[in-house]
Amino acid sequence: MNAPMTGLAMMPDLEPPRLVDEEPAVVVSGLTKRYGDFTAVDQVGFTAFPGEVIGVVGESGSGKSTLLRLLNLEEQPQAGTYTLGIKSCAGVNLFTLGRFESRSTRVRHIGIVYQNPHLGLHMHHTSGGNVAERLLVAGERSFHALRRRARAALDASEFPMDRIDVPPLTLSGGMQQRVQLAKAIALEPDLLLLDEPTTGLDVSVQALVLDTLKRLQRDRRITMVIVSHDLGVIRTLADRVLVMRRGAVVEAGLTDQVLGDPQHPYTQQLVHAKL
Amino acid sequence: MTALRDLVRPWQRYSYGFLDESAKRAVRRGLLKAIAIPGCQISYASREMPMARGWGTGGLQVSLTLVEPESVVKVIDQGADDGVNAANIRSFIARASGARTTTDTLEATLIQSRHRIPEERLTRNQLLVLQVPDPEPLRAVVPDISVARIMHADADYGLMWLKLYEQLVQAGRVTQSSSYPSLVNGRHIMSPSPIPRWDTPKLHQAENLTLLSAGREKRLYAVPPWTDVKPLEFSDVAFKVEDQTGRVCERTGATGQFMNEMPLLDGTSTFELSDAGFAEKLARRRAGEAVTIGPTYYVDGELQP
Ligand SMILES: Nc1ncnc2c1ncn2[C@@H]1O[C@H](COP(=O)(O)OP(=O)(O)O)[C@@H](O)[C@H]1O
Ligand SMILES: [Mg+2]
Repeated sequence: MNAPMTGLAMMPDLEPPRLVDEEPAVVVSGLTKRYGDFTAVDQVGFTAFPGEVIGVVGESGSGKSTLLRLLNLEEQPQAGTYTLGIKSCAGVNLFTLGRFESRSTRVRHIGIVYQNPHLGLHMHHTSGGNVAERLLVAGERSFHALRRRARAALDASEFPMDRIDVPPLTLSGGMQQRVQLAKAIALEPDLLLLDEPTTGLDVSVQALVLDTLKRLQRDRRITMVIVSHDLGVIRTLADRVLVMRRGAVVEAGLTDQVLGDPQHPYTQQLVHAKL
Repeated sequence: MTALRDLVRPWQRYSYGFLDESAKRAVRRGLLKAIAIPGCQISYASREMPMARGWGTGGLQVSLTLVEPESVVKVIDQGADDGVNAANIRSFIARASGARTTTDTLEATLIQSRHRIPEERLTRNQLLVLQVPDPEPLRAVVPDISVARIMHADADYGLMWLKLYEQLVQAGRVTQSSSYPSLVNGRHIMSPSPIPRWDTPKLHQAENLTLLSAGREKRLYAVPPWTDVKPLEFSDVAFKVEDQTGRVCERTGATGQFMNEMPLLDGTSTFELSDAGFAEKLARRRAGEAVTIGPTYYVDGELQP
């Protein structure tokens, strides 16, 4: 291995050995999204194995949210492939799906929690209703099953059950994130996307939401991609981390390794700024 | 040499059926599309009528387009043939077309209605035109009409179901009474115009063609014969029509049909059949006249197959 240590070539192959026999849950490659002649996401690729948590860090404007919107099939990229290890779409580049299949794949297999709860919730409907909507879209038509399943999802996100019929509008930021989380996991997604799920919350609330995420991850082994500029969050949750700058991944690897011993100057800057 | 006047139609004060030929063609074209895609709202160039929008101009344009000299026209408003609005529309259609009018559902070939479907079963030879104030069932859940159109295109009806869920959570029952949202042909959710719930099942697998038209909103939609129309309901919370149990029509003694409640001064109330043409026939039969009463959708409050 005498390749010059520049750009992507300096990234060591860091697939953890315990996972090598498994089929990947998520494979993304060459993902590129341009708005006009501005490139928001530039040739991003990564693989995630079932139950693995991928952290994405990078300064504001580096394309993290855009990457999540692409992974949530909300937008079409200019280039790139994206597959999920699910039976109905095994080996299919999800960006080639028609409008209808794309929406049903998003509903049934992907969950998302936005930084801004207004993006993910109907603020004036009840919290339980917000979760029930997911189930309704997926075809659940029994009212009692809706109640039961919405309750179970809210319970798993450690949402207080006595507020189930209260609209998110009147709830605290932390509670709103829990409703989003319940909605995102209600259908047991194959991939959970989290965009700065704790940013903007009080520090004590942040810790509680983080606890919930950790518990979910441990109990359900949901594959996750979590975006945060808070390296503490990434350290707590992520197995591996992607460092993004101007839309491109400049460094990737095991979280401890990348954050403990950053190689790229940009990563070094990020880590030291936070320490 | 051909004179110019040989090439044109003789001068007339108005076109047959009031609307000019191009307006009627545009309505017919819209109707054909609407029939081809049951429950889907088709936009059309709704014309100015000699009547304010919101008073049935949508229904009137469809009626005037379809009326023929041999037609027999019935117009009802909330079930009654003698309301001012119904009477005006009826005489206008008759004047513009030369068609005969009636209050007897069995005899009518073209029925324009606001807020009711007759109790006597419509057949394949009859057209029902429903006046629609607000054609968009999604308006209650999305204020933006262009978003609503995308949701229809995607059959993205989660919010519509959510609304029912929320009504059950908050009121313990589905509170939507008239304009009950219904899935047509397993594909489009439509608002069946402000008919009571009682009338909604009459559209399901109906023998007749139903045309719905909103003049102000410039939308047409249709339920062709033998088409599924299913009110939205949860599998464990069934759709229920208004309960008419114990209500007896003061005038005819009829029971088990849709009644209007007439409050009395002492605080109690009496009831009267909402379908006035039907009541009229029952009353005449009671008086000993030979009157033909057709089979009704409901018998003793039970929907008939
Ligand atoms: N819809 C859009 N149109 C134009 N530019 C966009 C759009 N969405 C994002 N961008 C740009 O892409 C860049 C990355 O944005 P974003 O993904 O939100 O970054 P991050 O989440 O890392 O802060 C920003 O410069 C932003 O202005
Ligand atoms: Mg962002």
